[in-house]
Amino acid sequence: MKASVQKVLDRYKSDPTRLMDILIDTQSEVGYVPDAAVAQIARSLGISRVDVEQTLSFYHFFNRKPAGEFQVYLNNSVVAEMYGRRKVTEAFEEAAGCRFGQVSDDGLIGLYDTSCIGMNDQEPAALINNVVFTRLTPFRVREIIRDIKAGKKVEDLVVEGAGDGENAGKLVRSMVQNNIRKIGPVLDPEYIPGEALKKITRLTPEQVIQEIKLSNIRGRGGAGFPTGLKWEFCRKAQGIQKYILCNADEGEPGTFKDRVILTELPRLLFEGMAVAGYAVGATEGILYVRYEYRYLQRHLENVLAETRKKKLLGKKIMGKEGFDFDIRIQFGAGAYICGEESALIESAEGKRGEPRDRPPFPVESGYLGCPTVVNNVETLCSAVKIILNGGEWYKSFGTKDSTGTKVLSVSGDCKYPGIYEVEWGFSVNDILDMTGADEPQAVQVGGPSGTLIGPDEFDRILCYSDLATGGSLIIIGKQRDLLKDVVMNFTDFFVEESCGSCVPCRSMTVLFRQKLQKILDGHGVKQDIEDMIAWGPTMKINRCGLGQTAVNPILSSIKNFRHLYEDRIRKDRSFDGGFDLQAAVAESCWAVHRKPLTEENDHE
Amino acid sequence: MRKPVIATASLAGCFGCHMSILDIDEKILDLIELVDFHKSPITDIKKFGRKCDIGLIEGGCCNSENVHVLRDFRKNCKILVSVGECAVMGGLPALRNGIPVAECLEEAYLNGPTVHENTERILPNDDELPMILDKVYPCHEIVKIDYFLPGCPPRAELIWEALIGLIQGKEIKIPYEAFKYD
Ligand SMILES: Cc1cc2nc3c(=O)[nH]c(=O)nc-3n(C[C@H](O)[C@H](O)[C@H](O)COP(=O)(O)O)c2cc1C
Ligand code: SF4
Repeated sequence: MKASVQKVLDRYKSDPTRLMDILIDTQSEVGYVPDAAVAQIARSLGISRVDVEQTLSFYHFFNRKPAGEFQVYLNNSVVAEMYGRRKVTEAFEEAAGCRFGQVSDDGLIGLYDTSCIGMNDQEPAALINNVVFTRLTPFRVREIIRDIKAGKKVEDLVVEGAGDGENAGKLVRSMVQNNIRKIGPVLDPEYIPGEALKKITRLTPEQVIQEIKLSNIRGRGGAGFPTGLKWEFCRKAQGIQKYILCNADEGEPGTFKDRVILTELPRLLFEGMAVAGYAVGATEGILYVRYEYRYLQRHLENVLAETRKKKLLGKKIMGKEGFDFDIRIQFGAGAYICGEESALIESAEGKRGEPRDRPPFPVESGYLGCPTVVNNVETLCSAVKIILNGGEWYKSFGTKDSTGTKVLSVSGDCKYPGIYEVEWGFSVNDILDMTGADEPQAVQVGGPSGTLIGPDEFDRILCYSDLATGGSLIIIGKQRDLLKDVVMNFTDFFVEESCGSCVPCRSMTVLFRQKLQKILDGHGVKQDIEDMIAWGPTMKINRCGLGQTAVNPILSSIKNFRHLYEDRIRKDRSFDGGFDLQAAVAESCWAVHRKPLTEENDHE
Repeated sequence: MRKPVIATASLAGCFGCHMSILDIDEKILDLIELVDFHKSPITDIKKFGRKCDIGLIEGGCCNSENVHVLRDFRKNCKILVSVGECAVMGGLPALRNGIPVAECLEEAYLNGPTVHENTERILPNDDELPMILDKVYPCHEIVKIDYFLPGCPPRAELIWEALIGLIQGKEIKIPYEAFKYD
């Protein structure tokens, strides 16, 4: 083991800022990261063991103990549940002979839950040793486990030919489907790499920024910050070295559009990063991709190499003196919070993905303390089209305050889940018609941190001034129990994904969940609803967007579906703690061999 | 006017909050002019003999007896106040909440470094003993609590002001510094 860890350390020149890569590669070599490797890595990087352990313990996909030769990570997003996850779970447990969270006795198979893996359009889906398995059924599960036990390699278990486009390519060989349902200027496949770069070599960086500003494009990652302004801030910031970071963490459950862009249009993305680099004066870019998309790694690395070969990256791009820009790919290791831009930067530096206090903003002090632009995948791709066709052209799409198009990820109870590139200004009804959603009870707009709306609001418009969205729409049919199946699932997600720095985010999320559970259990009273509404504002003091929006699923369902709560609470009393003495003492009675408490022998 | 009647109890607490009540020093003389104490460690009255106006609860609930006492207080007191961290949130005793009860009992009575005499490896199970709860509960998860006094313990002036406020029906302002749980 020592030698293979040393090889990994040499690969990254024992650079402590590359700790993420070092741990990922160590785990690939050894299967997990044992204590001895932690010590070796710490020594070689010249940092303390605790520093290594901090990073190691933060991320979901790192293992400190053997976690099974085949590690199954089954998505637990709400859409996976809708499409039969429970039965799939049971099939896995029965076939593997262990429960979720455990490893089978022979050490062959480990079963784990995981937050949305970006496959909401083809659920239930799982990662098995980083290979994606989509549309799982109990039958398929039994087949897969049987083949694993028979000694087959995981790559040979995928359904050959199921994937389309680049998914079927030699370097991906995945059964993932793109499900591109509607194409607009960004997803247009008629794109020729290099045209935008050729164009900008005739422009000054300021002119490039001017064009982006003219287009009025706002960030597509969710927050909607004007992209031209961001680039200008970074250009003007003091610093010899500057960086372009592309955010492909895509962790918001229900979002999978960046996955499709990474699969089909990586050249467009790399060109967008180079354009941004030229505009702000950065020579280095990092594409930060979520761990769940490791199946695209060889494809992306290959396209990078090919792009360099065509001189669209590297030194003297397009022959222009001083236009140097290159990109490296950084993988995460499983943490939704790393999509937050400052957490993403921390993670890319090899640390725990904990958001920073802001200001200073990344444009002043970002990656390694240098001015940094963090942009979403789609933002950078759109920038290429703006450069090619002009800001005025871009403004001809969309509405006044929301120009251009938005790539939507639509999933849930509809006939055609997938990717739709639409102009801003569409109503929710338009989307429902397009996707064949027959009997929607509600739509979750913008993922769990967004808004849950009911039919009387389906005429609302997707745009920054009405219903802003990072692009995820989850359609929830009539047959679902909104509170139990949806709101609880989202709340669990935030409890799981809070980084833990801020007290309200760490604790209040759990208290909200308890209250919701109490209501679901039939012990809720009116006060519980009032309490939750009253506590809501406390969440605004959290440091980042995760904590600030973590109870939105509950608050927005109370606001728009209050009757669902009212129907479940007890009207005959003003207090119900939900406490059951007999149940509470059962465990200790069992432990000391005492007669369990019953109503008859419970003497006050 | 009839003097308001106060009852107090320490459940899964350390009596620190009761000590803090005594820390109002000579004001205790004013207090007994203002109120009567009924069931309380201060009077050593064990059973409720009358209805009380204010109940002060120190500590959360870790066993069945705590639950019974707390419910008794709720039945007999018009206003119930959670006093201090343990009553409000479970406090130090709640540190065991992540650990299965059986493991806690084994550590305490069988495997702990200070266990020497328990050669027969007995876990206490006499019917006279209260039963241990699966976890330590804050009081408001068992009965309705009307007010919460923060602190570990709440400082003496805060308890004093809270009692005066309750007796006179005046709202009090709790200063930021009083929210201390160390
Ligand atoms: C909890 C959290 C998760 C986020 N996840 C993502 C993400 O997966 N992808 C993304 O582009 N932006 C995400 N963001 C927004 C980023 O912080 C940042 O605003 C964005 O990457 C900036 O790029 P843009 O201006 O191009 O949108 C997230 C924000 C928060 C608070
Ligand atoms: S709000 Fe939550 S996720 Fe964000 S920094 Fe605070 S604890 Fe971490």
